[in-house]
Amino acid sequence: MSRVFVPLVFLVMALFAAAPFVVANAPYEQTMGLVQKVFYYHVPSAMLMFISAFVCGIASAVYLFRRSPAADRLAVAAGELVVLFGLIVLVTGPLWARKAWGVWWEWDAKLTSALLLWMIFLAYMLVRRFGGPGSEKLAAAMALFGMANVPFVYVASMYWRTLHPAPTVVPTLKPGMRSTFWFCVLAFMLLYLLLLTIRKRLEDRQAVVEQLYLALEE
Amino acid sequence: MKRTLLTLVPLLMAAAAALMAQQPAPPAQTPEGFVPVSSLPQVDQLPAAPLLIAAYAFVWVALMVYIWLLWRRMTRVERELADLQRRVQKR
Repeated sequence: MSRVFVPLVFLVMALFAAAPFVVANAPYEQTMGLVQKVFYYHVPSAMLMFISAFVCGIASAVYLFRRSPAADRLAVAAGELVVLFGLIVLVTGPLWARKAWGVWWEWDAKLTSALLLWMIFLAYMLVRRFGGPGSEKLAAAMALFGMANVPFVYVASMYWRTLHPAPTVVPTLKPGMRSTFWFCVLAFMLLYLLLLTIRKRLEDRQAVVEQLYLALEE
Repeated sequence: MKRTLLTLVPLLMAAAAALMAQQPAPPAQTPEGFVPVSSLPQVDQLPAAPLLIAAYAFVWVALMVYIWLLWRRMTRVERELADLQRRVQKR
C-alpha cells in the first residue's frame, strides 16, 4: 500500500496547492460574478458527500447480510466522511446563497433534504460512538436509510420548485469553467480516497487493539 | 349670445391649456417595493469577496482540522498497539 499511498499524498497536496490559482483564473459568471467561484469547492464536496453515503450504505448492507467486520469498518470510515463533506456543503452553500439569493437559507426541498441527509449520518456517527455493544446493526440500518435519501437530494432541484440550481448546470459549463470544475473534482476525489484509506486503516488498527486486549484477558 | 359663447369657449380652453403647460412636472417618484439588484447603488450592494474568502477558508480549516485529528488518533492507536504487542510477547 505504501507504494501508492505516498505518491498519492504528494499528488493531492500539489493539486490542492494549485487549486486556488486555477479557480482564480477561471472566468467570472455573468450574473453572479465573483461569488459563483464557491461552486468549484461546493459541488465537488456535495458529490463526495453522496458518494460517501453510498459507500457507507453498501458497506453497511454487506455487514448486515454477510456479517463482514471489514465492511463494517469501511462503513464507519465512509460515514465520518459524509459528515465532513456534508458540513463543507452546508457552510459553503449559505455563504454563496447570501449573495446569490439574498438569504442565508431557504427551507426548500433541496436544502432541507441535504440537511436531513447530513443529520442522518451525524446520528449514525453518534450511534457508533455512544451506542455501546450491538449498536453496529442499528447504525448499519440507519446508513441504508441515509443512502436511500441520496437520490431524493440529487433530483430535488429538478422536480420541485427550489432556488437551488439543477445538476444540469454542470454539462452546460463553458470551457474555462469546465476545466476548473473537473480539476477541483479530481483533487477532491483523490483527497477522499486518501482520507477513506487512512480512516479505514485507523479502524483496522483499533480492531487489532481490541483483539489483543481480549487475548491478554484469556 | 351664441356668438359670445363661441368666442368665450375657445378662449377659456386656450387659457386652461396655457395654465397646464406652465405647471411644474411632478417630481420623479422614488421606487417603492422590490428594487432589482443591478439598480442598487454600489454602496448598498453586498460584497462577494468576503463571502468567497470565508467559504474557501472554511474548507481549508475543516480539512486541516480533520487531518490533524486523524493523525492524532492514529498515533494514539499505534502507541497502544505497540504496548499491547510487547505485553503479549512477554507472556
